[in-house]
Amino acid sequence: MASAPLLAQTRVLTLADPLPLDGGQRLEDVRVAYETYGTLDADKSNAILICHALTGDQHVASPHPITGKPGWWVRMVGPGKPIDTDRHFVICANVLGSCLGSTGPASDAPDGKPWGMRFPVITIRDMVRAQVALLDALGIESLHAVVGGSMGGMQALSFAANFPGRCKAALVIASTARHSAQNIAFHEVGRQAIMADPAWREGDYYGHGKGPEKGLAVARMAAHITYISEAGLTEKFGRNLQDRDAKTFGFDADFQVESYLRYQGLSFTDRFDANSYLYITRAMDYFDLAEEHGGRLADAFADCTARFCLVSFDTDWLYPTAESRLIAHALNAAGCPVSFMELSAPFGHDSFLLDIPALDRVVAGFLG
Amino acid sequence: MSPRGTKPLRPDLALIADHIPAGASVLDVGCGDGELLAALIAKGCEARGMELDPHDVAECVGRGLSVIQGDADVDLAFYPDRSLDYAVLSQTLQTTKRPDLVLDELLRVGRKAIVSFPNFAHWRVRLSLLWNGRMPVTRLLPVAWYETPNIHHLTIADFRAHLAERGIRVEQAWFLKGDRQIGAAAANFRAEHAVFLLSR
Repeated sequence: MASAPLLAQTRVLTLADPLPLDGGQRLEDVRVAYETYGTLDADKSNAILICHALTGDQHVASPHPITGKPGWWVRMVGPGKPIDTDRHFVICANVLGSCLGSTGPASDAPDGKPWGMRFPVITIRDMVRAQVALLDALGIESLHAVVGGSMGGMQALSFAANFPGRCKAALVIASTARHSAQNIAFHEVGRQAIMADPAWREGDYYGHGKGPEKGLAVARMAAHITYISEAGLTEKFGRNLQDRDAKTFGFDADFQVESYLRYQGLSFTDRFDANSYLYITRAMDYFDLAEEHGGRLADAFADCTARFCLVSFDTDWLYPTAESRLIAHALNAAGCPVSFMELSAPFGHDSFLLDIPALDRVVAGFLG
Repeated sequence: MSPRGTKPLRPDLALIADHIPAGASVLDVGCGDGELLAALIAKGCEARGMELDPHDVAECVGRGLSVIQGDADVDLAFYPDRSLDYAVLSQTLQTTKRPDLVLDELLRVGRKAIVSFPNFAHWRVRLSLLWNGRMPVTRLLPVAWYETPNIHHLTIADFRAHLAERGIRVEQAWFLKGDRQIGAAAANFRAEHAVFLLSR
């Protein structure tokens, strides 16, 4: 597939009304940074909302402004691609709480100083409320589809469950309807790494140097391990040494896998705000779609009219197939048309971002 | 590969598609690449599928069909009682671990069940076993004993006896030889294939 970079410009919408949050607060002057690709039909029926993952952003198919890297899903989104911008109007917004233009802990509070830890704790449903407010502003009553992988899939589920009638289809990839104890545990390691860094300063590091880069890097390293399968790590690195012939009997990055993780951690700090990482991982940990609907997942989908498609990967141990199957069974019990499949892919959780031709076929076929 | 839609429906599937009225809700268990589902949707049914093979599921979803990757032996349990007009099990009963329980499940989730299977008592199969003393490899049972997915071979007479034991009502039955429908007389001897419409 040819991949000329798409031209898209981030626009920022400031919500006219305060955004009500699950925590009880109302957030004023919320900004939503978003990009669009393709053209909206006259009857506004061809819009696809793509929801990004934990550290993703609105640059789904355009170069990242800081790293210069191609958009995070450029292999999936574009003219003639599975999410075809020749036929669909694709919207991708930076989630509430993030740091690439949408309101988050690094944004200024009403007192003119950054929110920091004064920012209210948000939920996946709060993120979705901001997305829906964006759709309202764009005049889009009903989406052709809402699509997301990982945390994006949680938003897609939450969108379909909480705003039935506003999407005709939901495509949920490598995701879950609730965070497990193990998921929460890994996130807690990351958060504690950030908070243990003296440069974090209780979240009040804006204007005081570079912030808790070391803590954030460790958080990213721990999380990154969960995104790859054991076999994937072994295949990529094995026990290979990094630019040396023998172990050094020291604590340098002797092994390639160490060097790789250190690089992943460090490069992450250039593009992500540590407090945003705290808030967004918290939102994911709080996510339990069944709990929001009286404890029975099928009840979450009682009013849904959308078609659903759930895809898991056999090597994903972060959100394993059993989680997607649970959602599929709940949708069945609710009488919603649902497809579910486990695709075979060697890369673990991150497979949804990588070259899996079977996924392309499923996405293209489901979206039509 | 022949272009889609030009291939005629497999004879037992054509028969099933003919007998399900438009507008009915249907679950096709073991739906393969979605041949029957596509035909049912074309005639206005609300049809969904379940299939074990992930490639077939991907193929179905790629065609815009609603199909769940699942196992008839286990995953029917997640469907509510009587949530469907028809539960269809074509050419799959003989591959399940517990055909008796699967049959119960079909009649729990569907108001009616349609079950089709190859008849192990067809005269060619009998002859092959009688003369050669080897497990038959025929047109309808083309795979050798060690790799066949068919782990519970049955005959039309076996099936009828089982239904009677379980108090399952046969609303209609059809018998096929090749792509031709034949009469019920001596079906256990003459039919390669049987299709039953069942209720409880």
